[in-house]
Amino acid sequence: MNNAVITVENVVTQFDENLVHDGVSLHINQGEIYGLLGGSGSGKSTLLREMIMLLQPDKGDITVLDVDVVHSSTAEKAWLRQQWGVLFQKGALFSSLTVAENIAISLKEYTDMPISLINDLVSMKIDMVGLPAYVAKLYPAELSGGMVKRASLARAIARDPKLLFLDEPSSGLDPVGAEKFDQLIVELRTMLDLTVVMVTHDLDSIFTTVDRLAVLGDNKVIVEGSLDEVAACNHSEIVAFFRGKRGQARMKHGK
Amino acid sequence: MQLNSLTKHHANIEVAQNSDGTVTLTSVGDWTEDSIHSDIRPLDNIVAELHNTNVLWDMSAVSEVDSAGVMLFINYHDQLLTNNCAVSLIGITDKHKRLNTILRRHNVSKTTEKNTPQPQYFTSLFQSVGKATVSFITEIILFLSFLGESTLVFLRSLIHPSSIRYGAIVNNIGKAGVQALPIIALTSFLIGVVITYQGAVQLEKFGANIFIVEMISISVTRELAPLITAIVVAGRTGSSYTAQLGVMKITEEIDAMRTMGFDPHHFLVIPRVLALMIALPLLVFFADIIGIAAGMLISKLHLQLSFSEFIHRLQNVLEVKHVWIGLIKAPFFAALIATVSCFRGFQVELNTESIGRYTTTSVVNSIFLVIACDAIFSVVLTELGI
Repeated sequence: MNNAVITVENVVTQFDENLVHDGVSLHINQGEIYGLLGGSGSGKSTLLREMIMLLQPDKGDITVLDVDVVHSSTAEKAWLRQQWGVLFQKGALFSSLTVAENIAISLKEYTDMPISLINDLVSMKIDMVGLPAYVAKLYPAELSGGMVKRASLARAIARDPKLLFLDEPSSGLDPVGAEKFDQLIVELRTMLDLTVVMVTHDLDSIFTTVDRLAVLGDNKVIVEGSLDEVAACNHSEIVAFFRGKRGQARMKHGK
Repeated sequence: MQLNSLTKHHANIEVAQNSDGTVTLTSVGDWTEDSIHSDIRPLDNIVAELHNTNVLWDMSAVSEVDSAGVMLFINYHDQLLTNNCAVSLIGITDKHKRLNTILRRHNVSKTTEKNTPQPQYFTSLFQSVGKATVSFITEIILFLSFLGESTLVFLRSLIHPSSIRYGAIVNNIGKAGVQALPIIALTSFLIGVVITYQGAVQLEKFGANIFIVEMISISVTRELAPLITAIVVAGRTGSSYTAQLGVMKITEEIDAMRTMGFDPHHFLVIPRVLALMIALPLLVFFADIIGIAAGMLISKLHLQLSFSEFIHRLQNVLEVKHVWIGLIKAPFFAALIATVSCFRGFQVELNTESIGRYTTTSVVNSIFLVIACDAIFSVVLTELGI
């Protein structure tokens, strides 16, 4: 537990009458790619939003990089916001800025580095996520879906974050694109010493990318652990997920 | 704990000239994005001046590096190499080495910026005037083709009257008309109050108090009520039309409608135009009543003109034609506001910023067109002697 970068303890979340989390606990270790799984409405995206301080849980504690995200001071929260990158499901690139400006914006706002160095870093990050150099000058509306994902990944890693949050990274990509994107995430993890938290449904991502995962359901964590540990669980939802037709086909090929 | 990491030592290089002609560079401070500041610029000159020398670069005093620091290191290192210096490095950490490999792999060769020739000052004036003229003419052509398409769709729907979206029309009348009643009431009441006060002061000087009735009733019904109502509606409903259609364009709803064979002009534009053309005359009539009532109230308070005197005078002096002229203008104003704001809505591009831009343009355009149209009415009707 010592190298846990994120711990979630007994989180309870309720939207009006709708109970989303009823005592959710999990921990995410340094350097791993952690998957949050669950059916629609199981609260995995909500949990992610609570980790990145867009929502507050009603009860329970969430600690990210030793900072209590619920009760800490504004200064600590501001510090924490500079330690992570977030990739939103639809990219959420600022549509009035070019790709290069999108990536450069936090470097320009938070650091005092010379502009030429920032430009070097931006073109390096663009190359790192596998985008051609001409993309830098384009606006988000001119990009394809896959390019938007890559560009916003470049924005998320612009400041060498310690943590990377991904909300459905492979949704909206074709299978080949999704596979490449998964590979990219694994590569970046090794390159940049990242800890990655991803919300996903994609069976392929789970098999090829994720180190540990938690499956959410019934307002709780049904099971948490490595892929084998999770697959061995006999809960009906997990059986349906991993031993359904698609899951079985995937299991045969293994990693 | 982590907060003190915000106050890091500035990244820097100390240069020492050795007796044997070699140069020792010692990097100090953290080489991270928080500690590299723009005052590191002078280093560029120092590094650029080293030619054909043996350089010993000591990085061991650097406690922390990240991509930014290593990128800076790479830039200087490369420059030293191009200057024919022999560089030997000591004290490079593993993290530095690892980042160095990654960054070198992804370091895009310095893009040679194409130098577009700087335009001369006096030609740039012609350029911008030319561009503005061309875009103005294109806009007019686009607007006319939009108007043409809408008219065509409207005429076609007249052949099959059952295909007109009556539900949408009623819904839009509710939003643009009924829900606008409070704000129209308030504005026209205040307009009535203002002109009565201003007129009363002048008329009192001549003892011509009773003429306040002519002044209020004719100016309100013929000019002020239609104009003020149209301006309020342009700001309130016109902007919302542009924003609604703009968002539908961004979310590709309009494309979806086209693919399903629903003509957006038929489903979105015509109902809005017709709804506003029905709602605006009604709003103007409502504004007439409120404006005159406000005048009547102020006349009683300020000029001691009783309600019955006021109404008696009103019946004698207010010819019905003034009311009709005001009401007839309203559908024209409505058509202008609705078509311009729908047109601007369709022009929205696929980014959020353009919604704001086109909404502003749409309101400015509609208000201008309403005033221009009103001026034309004034001239024509006066020349005709009406």
